[in-house]
Amino acid sequence: MKRRWNIPIWVGFAIVLFALGSYIPLFALFPATRDVPWANYLLFLLGGALLAVGVRRSFSDPEHFRGKISGSILAGLSALLFGFFIVVVVYFGKQIPSGASALRPGQPAPAFTLQDSAGKRVALSDLLKGHRASVLVFYRGYW
Amino acid sequence: MDSPAESQKLCQSKGYSFPFLSDPNADVIRQYGVLHAKGGEDGKDIARPAEFLVDATGTIRWVNLTDDIRVRARPEAVMQAIDRLDTPR
Repeated sequence: MKRRWNIPIWVGFAIVLFALGSYIPLFALFPATRDVPWANYLLFLLGGALLAVGVRRSFSDPEHFRGKISGSILAGLSALLFGFFIVVVVYFGKQIPSGASALRPGQPAPAFTLQDSAGKRVALSDLLKGHRASVLVFYRGYW
Repeated sequence: MDSPAESQKLCQSKGYSFPFLSDPNADVIRQYGVLHAKGGEDGKDIARPAEFLVDATGTIRWVNLTDDIRVRARPEAVMQAIDRLDTPR
């Protein structure tokens, strides 16, 4: 009897790949899905559930469904990918020094002069002149 | 930490209109107490993420420090802090 392709395994794995790969280019663009990546967690859950369905029936009904080996491999790989995602989000993102040494409200903002993107020298006093306030963003353009 | 040339590329590609300043030796980063020593690319010094609101007298009035590089001040929070500047202390 012809064994059918076990679709949930492949769709589930594709969703897991999307769950991992979509954070930076898509979900990280919006604070609501960036700060706690719940959208990615949900996608991992969905992908994992489909993989579980597919792998389970490949073992319980091998006469009708393929996928014992491929399903097991993809399920294991998905678990690793999910683990990687969790570790990066929960651990690596927090590997920065404590904010204890940062200046506090009430302290004077130290004067400075730095070059802007056109190479012109800009002082803090230039930024404050004629404005109610200025926001200094140390944006750390790196992991 | 980006050079002025790198910042200009970023500004142009994103259409930013606010000033981008370069702090290549992390001097200002140190002055404001937000150094992350050797935390950047190739072990270069970098800043921990932080936002400082400075009023017209040059006094720091609000500081946002995150404990996670992914989580930064939301624009609404900054606007609220600015609005509170007008309330008498």
